[in-house]
Amino acid sequence: MINTKDILETVAMIQDENLDIRTVTMGISLLDCIDPDINKACEKVYEKICRCAKDLVPVCEDIEKTYGIPIINKRIAVTPIAMLAAACKGQSPIAFAETLERCAQTVGVNFIGGYSALVQKGFAAGDRELIESIPEALARTQHVCASVNVGSTKAGINMDAVQMMGCVVRRAAELTANEQCIGAAKLVVFCNAPEDNPFMAGAFHGVGEGDTVINVGVSGPGVVRAALSKLGKDASVDQVAELVKKTAFKITRMGQLVAKEASARLGVPFGIVDLSLAPTPAVGDSVAHILEEMGLEECGCHGTTACLALLNDAVKKGGVMASSHIGGLSGAFIPVTEDAGMIRAATDGTLTLEKLEAMTSVCSVGLDMINVPGDTSAEIISAIIADEAAIGMVNSKTTACRLIPAIGKKEGDTLSFGGLLGEGPVMPVNRKAPNVFIHRGGRLPAPLQSLKN
Amino acid sequence: MRAVITVVGKDTVGILAKVSTLCAGFGANIIDVTQTVMQDLFCMIMLCETQALSAPFAEFVDQAEKLGEENGLKIHVMHEDLFNSMHRI
Repeated sequence: MINTKDILETVAMIQDENLDIRTVTMGISLLDCIDPDINKACEKVYEKICRCAKDLVPVCEDIEKTYGIPIINKRIAVTPIAMLAAACKGQSPIAFAETLERCAQTVGVNFIGGYSALVQKGFAAGDRELIESIPEALARTQHVCASVNVGSTKAGINMDAVQMMGCVVRRAAELTANEQCIGAAKLVVFCNAPEDNPFMAGAFHGVGEGDTVINVGVSGPGVVRAALSKLGKDASVDQVAELVKKTAFKITRMGQLVAKEASARLGVPFGIVDLSLAPTPAVGDSVAHILEEMGLEECGCHGTTACLALLNDAVKKGGVMASSHIGGLSGAFIPVTEDAGMIRAATDGTLTLEKLEAMTSVCSVGLDMINVPGDTSAEIISAIIADEAAIGMVNSKTTACRLIPAIGKKEGDTLSFGGLLGEGPVMPVNRKAPNVFIHRGGRLPAPLQSLKN
Repeated sequence: MRAVITVVGKDTVGILAKVSTLCAGFGANIIDVTQTVMQDLFCMIMLCETQALSAPFAEFVDQAEKLGEENGLKIHVMHEDLFNSMHRI
């Protein structure tokens, strides 16, 4: 029989330390649904998603019961809709967003991602139309998430798209101003977007993926923090890293088990486990608190970037052996409004936008869930996106921006989304104008990735 | 499949009897039992075979939790594979 201590440790992780599977995401290719008649295309999309994902929610619920592990979200990611919209010239892609919403409601998933366009090197047919329609699509739907990839290490950064996205992010917030600007919380701007990401709002089903796939995202910041709290204050950083690795291994094994089981029961191939430590606003489920447990007075103070680098690396090293396939974003998330410790640090003024930007250079995934003042210009938002994309491009990593302009609010006010999206203060932004740079447009050249000596 | 039942709570008379009665009622065959008292907390772990359950596994889980609530205990029933995968390479 298994060791008593191990059994009780697992039970404590789940019951007291918020260990859970954050998401089981089914990726579904919609390439076979392309049709020049948008109504026919939407019909095919609805039929395919409902057919492939009809058992997703009940199977996940059954796995929850059998293993005693909560599975918080059941989600669907689809082929970037811009590829379907490309065939439907002159027709608004909003119909696709409405179809996705209907699918989400029929199969009962929490989110459906893939109202997306990949424009890192330029705009193809359908891309501009889709990007322009994002604000309205997000305002008209509840479960649909949108993302746009504006840059990559190989292609550079599409500055025309960056400029567009500043306006799109603002417009998404404006159209949902009476709903806490939630439209912008369902929109991510990526550089180096992964094609197998199970996490929202940035999930989409890449074109290189199979027809359907199961990807799983684990969670467990609370477990890591609890383990570290038992380590003495005199333990060296080597010991801290070792403990994080061991804990990440256990968390990931659970993810692997659930992924295999869901894959077998649904008859859908297993894709990847995403190792990310994803926080929630719940007490004891915070990445910021892990960093504080390492010895920082408050997240955002000097030393935060180093602690986060240690955490991010140790999570990967621990997790990589625990699963047969790792992918997605795989790193520590730092979404401000979704993390109790980050919310407090931002409210206190310890955690600033500049510090967050530095932190994103060592972890996934980027400037995530950050409320900015309602009068922040589209150019400033574009410039923040450009900075973040540049970090991702140069460091060959995924970075993203999910900024929420708090329409009608100013620094110090609060936006409250509820649920996993949480709430947070409106953070100060540098107001000097980057307008000329942003209006230049063009393509920021890809970086040199050789001559590294 | 085999399930692990964990029972944690204040030590009182008859805990083992109540849990094993529940198992018998559902047709779960108890294979192994270990128990300790840690700092006044009663802590019991049972391994049982649930292949021939008389009701769906989910119902067994719910009834076990209910029994726990009625007696001021925390009872969890989980598939053995979870522990094997987390603690064994």
